[in-house]
Amino acid sequence: MRSGRVNLREVHKAYGSFRALDGVSLDIKAGEFLTLLGPSGSGKTTLLNVIAGFERPDLGSLLVDDVEFITRPPHKRDLGMVFQNYALFPHMDVFSNVAYPLKLRKVDKPSIRRRVMDALEIVHMQHLADRRITALSGGQRQRVALARAFVFEPRLLLMDEPLSALDKNLREHMQIELKRLHKQLGMTTIYVTHDQQEALTMSDRIAVLDKGRIVQLDVPATVYDRPNCKFVAGFMGETRFLPVERRDQSYVLDGRPLRLADTRAVSSTGETWLMVRPERLRWQGDASSDNRIEGRVLDVVYRGDCNQVSVSLPGGHEVAIRHSGAERQPLPQPGDTLALWLPAEASLVIGSAAP
Amino acid sequence: MTLAMDEAPGMPLNRAMLKSARRRERRILSGLALPALVLVACILLIPFAWLAWLSLFDAAGNLSAQNYARLLRPAYVGSFLTTFKVAGLVTALCVVFGYPVAYLLSQLSARAAQILLVFVILPFWTSVLVRTYAWLVLLQRNGVINDWLLSMGVIGEPLALVHNLTGTIIGMVHVMLPFLILPLYASMKAIDPVLLRAAANCGASPSQAFRQVFLPLSMPGLASGIALTFVLCLGFYLTPALLGGGRVAMWSTQIADAVSKFSNWGAASALSVALLVVTAVVLWGVRRLTDALSFSAGKP
Repeated sequence: MRSGRVNLREVHKAYGSFRALDGVSLDIKAGEFLTLLGPSGSGKTTLLNVIAGFERPDLGSLLVDDVEFITRPPHKRDLGMVFQNYALFPHMDVFSNVAYPLKLRKVDKPSIRRRVMDALEIVHMQHLADRRITALSGGQRQRVALARAFVFEPRLLLMDEPLSALDKNLREHMQIELKRLHKQLGMTTIYVTHDQQEALTMSDRIAVLDKGRIVQLDVPATVYDRPNCKFVAGFMGETRFLPVERRDQSYVLDGRPLRLADTRAVSSTGETWLMVRPERLRWQGDASSDNRIEGRVLDVVYRGDCNQVSVSLPGGHEVAIRHSGAERQPLPQPGDTLALWLPAEASLVIGSAAP
Repeated sequence: MTLAMDEAPGMPLNRAMLKSARRRERRILSGLALPALVLVACILLIPFAWLAWLSLFDAAGNLSAQNYARLLRPAYVGSFLTTFKVAGLVTALCVVFGYPVAYLLSQLSARAAQILLVFVILPFWTSVLVRTYAWLVLLQRNGVINDWLLSMGVIGEPLALVHNLTGTIIGMVHVMLPFLILPLYASMKAIDPVLLRAAANCGASPSQAFRQVFLPLSMPGLASGIALTFVLCLGFYLTPALLGGGRVAMWSTQIADAVSKFSNWGAASALSVALLVVTAVVLWGVRRLTDALSFSAGKP
């Protein structure tokens, strides 16, 4: 069996009365790319620091390949980590930074040289091996930090928002590169981010955290298309919510029963909503199978690849749809009345808490 | 830039107006420095120029290099050596005592560090004269320290702790410590604590992380603390004069003696000029060293 399995059980950590981690349990498979996704204060960085050994939890268990790690000091854990601001040593050049973990492991000099250059080649930095850290750009520092984290072939690679300091284009480029690197190296990766797009692009599975708890844990497509509660739905994409009424086994929107492809249970108490995202709404539809949403155009905003049309609905609610020019329909003007369609398979009713 | 730099007709680029605005701003800014410049000129540059001028004449008022030639006499050379020895010893002791204090301060929470900093700065605010006399009381033959050591039976008879090199160094270390601790503390605060986490993550034990990451990164701060302390020691007068009891002949006490005992302004001036030159050379050397140690302004 491959190494790099992580099992977290009931991890609790409080700072005063603030519960940073409120009983987190999580099983990560060997070789998996798992993302901890959540807003700031959700506990995702605390959880990563517990795994790295920088935070000691109040309670709980952390098994790495079935060995209890919970009180093991960080320097004895053999985990690679990429820090948010890279944390490269400014008094060492690129080569020495990457060589540092190997030197501490008393690897012989020729092997250090070979392994550092191999690692730098993987991140396309071999030509800058003798540069000073201060002479590197953000993207280059990112690559060096990455090479330093995996050069000693750790079982586990931890990344704490490693791309958040980069500009948008470079960030998207690095997402693809990190994903490829993960395939190439095959080590278990735990990735912390607050960027849902990043999580969807890179992960095998996503754990969505809120208030120190894991709210949903699943593959990206399920987390995006079948969120299990309002929090997750609102965190992913440009989601809008329309309140629906529960009647026996079905739901009613504006007096019309909703057509739903997915009729799984929603938590039986509390309010329920229909989740509406711009890219799932249609300009044309079939009254016998789709859900009709009618309203008045509020404004039309040009966004380059499309126009975003905001539509206000009765009751002060609002949804948006994109107009790319490919649909057989002219661009509406503010004030127009508009009928939009949400196919049954894209219609999902959710509650405020996970069922 | 492919834009024409010449003004197109009918399209004023306001070159003259922008230039005069820039010049006006520069004038205002340099105006802010004017009072300080005048002050420095009046109380520093002019008196010093006069001093340097005085050093070029002998007692009879004739132009001569006699004052400088006298600096090579054994008595003076001896005092220069003593000065360097004292400055070096005091600086070394300040490093030994100051580095752990600065490290402790840099690792504490902001609140605790503020409280402890008061203990570093409080003596700094007290007059050197008061502190030096306080040491005299503590260190003298029947002073607090000797009494205490005697009553404990540690020593059989009083130690000579004052009116000698020992007393001078004890007093000077006390005066100089803040000058080493404060710049060192500031530079240690600037070391990102995440770097130590990164070192631990790489597999470094706490002591390895300290030696291989923290210590090298604190070197620029240590170098500037050492420079400040050493240079201040070179020209320090009050403590050596009082606690040395006339037995520790330092550069500064020689200057004072030349004026007060022998009324030889030429000799005092030559000594002062030489001290200034030596100080400048030391500062320049340390500056070069600090630049070589610093990482933020690294060249590619």
